Amino acid sequence: MRTVMTAVLCRFRVRANNSLPVLFAVAAIFAILVLASPRPAYAFSDEELRNVTEQLNHKSSTKKVEAIEAMAADGDPRVAPILNAMLEGNLFVRASDEHVVIGEKKGKVWNHIDVVSGEVVGESGSKELDKIKINNRLRGALRDALAALNLFSQDIGIRTAAVEQVMDARDPSMLPLLIRAIEREEDATLLARMELARATMALAAGETTEERLTAIEVLASETTPQIRAVLSQFVASAEAEGYQPEVVAAAKDALADVEGRLSMWQTLGDVYRGISLGSVLLLAAVGLAITFGVMGVINMAHGEMIMIGAYTTFVVQQIFSSVIPSGSPWSLVIAVPAAFVVAGLVGIVIERCVIRFLYGRPLETLLATWGVSLVLQQAIRTIFGATNQQVTAPDFMSGALELSNGLVLTYNRLWIILFSLIVVGGIAIVLRYTAFGLQMRAVTQNRRMAGSVGIRTGYVDALTFGLGSGIAGIAGVALSQISNVSPNLGQTYIIDSFMVVVFGGVGNLWGTVLGAFSLGIVNKFLEPVAGAVLAKIFVLIALILFIQKRPKGLFALKGRAVEA
Amino acid sequence: MTDYRQKYQMTPVIGWLLRDRGGMILLGILIVASILIPVGNLIVPEGSALHVPTWMMSLLGKYLCYALLALSVDLIWGFCGILSLGHGAFFALGGYAMGMYLMRQIGDRGVYGNPELPDFMVFLNWTELPWYWYGFDMFWFAVVMAMFVPGLLAFVFGFLAFRSRVTGVYLSIITQAMTYALLLAFFRNDMGFGGNNGLTDFKDLLGFSLQADGTRAALFIASCVMLGICYVVARCITNSRLGKVLIAIRDAEARVRFTGYRVEYYKLFVFTVSAVMAGIAGSLYVPQVGIINPGEFAPALSIEIVIWVAVGGRGTLYGAVLGAFIVNYAKTFFTGVMPDFWLFFLGGLFIAVTLFLPKGVIGAVPAFGSPDRQSAFSTLRKRFLNGRANEGGKA
Repeated sequence: MRTVMTAVLCRFRVRANNSLPVLFAVAAIFAILVLASPRPAYAFSDEELRNVTEQLNHKSSTKKVEAIEAMAADGDPRVAPILNAMLEGNLFVRASDEHVVIGEKKGKVWNHIDVVSGEVVGESGSKELDKIKINNRLRGALRDALAALNLFSQDIGIRTAAVEQVMDARDPSMLPLLIRAIEREEDATLLARMELARATMALAAGETTEERLTAIEVLASETTPQIRAVLSQFVASAEAEGYQPEVVAAAKDALADVEGRLSMWQTLGDVYRGISLGSVLLLAAVGLAITFGVMGVINMAHGEMIMIGAYTTFVVQQIFSSVIPSGSPWSLVIAVPAAFVVAGLVGIVIERCVIRFLYGRPLETLLATWGVSLVLQQAIRTIFGATNQQVTAPDFMSGALELSNGLVLTYNRLWIILFSLIVVGGIAIVLRYTAFGLQMRAVTQNRRMAGSVGIRTGYVDALTFGLGSGIAGIAGVALSQISNVSPNLGQTYIIDSFMVVVFGGVGNLWGTVLGAFSLGIVNKFLEPVAGAVLAKIFVLIALILFIQKRPKGLFALKGRAVEA
Repeated sequence: MTDYRQKYQMTPVIGWLLRDRGGMILLGILIVASILIPVGNLIVPEGSALHVPTWMMSLLGKYLCYALLALSVDLIWGFCGILSLGHGAFFALGGYAMGMYLMRQIGDRGVYGNPELPDFMVFLNWTELPWYWYGFDMFWFAVVMAMFVPGLLAFVFGFLAFRSRVTGVYLSIITQAMTYALLLAFFRNDMGFGGNNGLTDFKDLLGFSLQADGTRAALFIASCVMLGICYVVARCITNSRLGKVLIAIRDAEARVRFTGYRVEYYKLFVFTVSAVMAGIAGSLYVPQVGIINPGEFAPALSIEIVIWVAVGGRGTLYGAVLGAFIVNYAKTFFTGVMPDFWLFFLGGLFIAVTLFLPKGVIGAVPAFGSPDRQSAFSTLRKRFLNGRANEGGKA
């Protein structure tokens, strides 16, 4: 008997359940199916099904809900089209004989489809039919019932969604259906979710201490806010209704467990998000750490260097996709050196034409570079237009790594964290181990002495500024993946970048790294408490106060260099 | 030195005011404008060539507010070396204070017709007025607040910053952070200042309709008068002994401190006065423009103020006024004729003025140049030669 039923269920599922919303198609296929196959033994007898369907026309919504739940719990394949019809307002009472039928509009007339046989049993105008009205409560019940029926879908996606919906609904009357679904389920992950759903329901429906304890045990192994809600609700009702003390104690323990693990994952998630934000800040600020930190030049056009990098990415991608469409994932790899060169060259031009006349006058430098930034913004706006440009993410950067317990690590953020560390490492190596780095540090420490031992200080200045700008350009490549590529891109990062550098301490690369990550993490820890905007305001105020305490940042340079 | 003291301290205020040629010209123009332009608007008939349209009067009134704002920046940047990139915040706070009064004046004429609550609060389902809106139905209170709130913020901010000797670029960056934080805060609906949309739809001021020509003329005259008064106050400060200390701080802060002056108190005083002036400018600006929104807190706007001062001529006071008029007229002109060109122009102006006109437009006019009568061109030449020689001079 079961095998026959299963076979029919399967057949039905293939054709019908996947296309549940399309009622008429379902009804038609269903009719053919029923006609073509030998009458199987349904869970409902024809008479029962007809009776329970008539209940859907009951005056009281409570009775209607009961009928819906009874139909869903039965798992009869003929139920889904009826409930679907009801949800979509196509279930009618025929005036002639007070029978419930599914209506199907054919031109100007309505076909009456029998709920039991699925055959067309008559037709009439719309006046003959009286629609069964539903309210929001019924709508909810219908959706839950349909979800329960979806538990038997062959599509694992539909099944997964159905399990989640059943778990949210927490309706004990679904339990028999769920148990039947568990028996048939083969996918291990989904089975675990189903067991969890069963435990959720069993907790509410369970009668004996034994049943409740088993359910609590299953629930305690899981770590989601949903389970926390289930447990805390249970604890409240258990205390109110005076369940056995061991049940209450077990539930409380389980709740404490779940909460502890949840808050740990929450903290871990905040740290990760903070590191992610920190890496973005670091990328944006590290170029500035060179121009401002090492050279002492206030480069307000730094944000525009980032923007130029992002636009270079866009252009490289356009060229790539027009020449070799298949190679476009690699355009990002090409864009990194391209952005470095373009932004670096622009930086050198700015240094030679404007900044070199203003060394030693930081306030004037600030104003002049602000002017440069306005010109660059408008130039980009004139060339590319004011709208956002689309930079597509390559395959290896899309998608996400989903850890258990709801922590989702998107690949683009992971790549950016990695990339920022590579960039900082690269800069550290250049500064520490190359001849250019040595000259650069020499010029920073004592310009005249450096000049007198034969270092072309002007040349080093230009290259240093170019290096800082080029790195901003590289940052632009990364940022083009997570923010809008528009002429205003730079403006969004400039204040944050300055904050990072000032916080970390001017002239200190490690200070910048530490500053970026700590600002990012503090920001993300404040966000759940205060909201994103308020968190940012708090961080800004905290920074203003911090500068009062340590005017030269976390890691201040000491000695003569301070006054330079 | 003794010479200076006799010359400035002993002579009465009127004496050196008369000797301040640029100031006399400015005050003269203000007096003439405050009479002629309202007359041209209200009395001269519409068809006449001498008629001043209302929009032009309002535009000039707006420029006057900007000029006052520029004056306040010049007072601290030109005379004390404090480059504030957050002066727009004080301006906007003054504006909000006046805007709150104007909102309360709307009364039950708003869209929702609530006599107590401004429209946006009704829209947010608020039931009663937040405590910080109390008192803003009184004009005098709003005026006091328009000066007190920016002054208080500047006092607290300056007290913290100057006490811990945050100077130069660091100060500029944290003032920028301050206005940015305020920008973000005022964008929030929960703050109770209208969020994104700010305060607008004003109806009347002291019972006079804001749309009426007479009210506009009165606001214009008030702007002229306040600019004049603030100019005289600023000139009094800069010409007093205190002003001399300020200039000394600008040129060699450490040396002044070692001479025994409490540098932070001087700076704090002038910073607070300047913020109050900016607040006054904001409170005059809002009724003439008819709206105040968080956009006024934008850091970019505050930097723009600095360029007004730089264009006019830093450290001259009247130069700041001139610069505000020149740059804002250019802005009106370019955004009307070729909007795309405006940012190129403004950006170019920043670069050109810092590189070639360090003393601004005023500095280019020999009669108004600095005491050594150095022309802009000789300055320019010197700068280039220095640049060459110093290329690689100390950074």
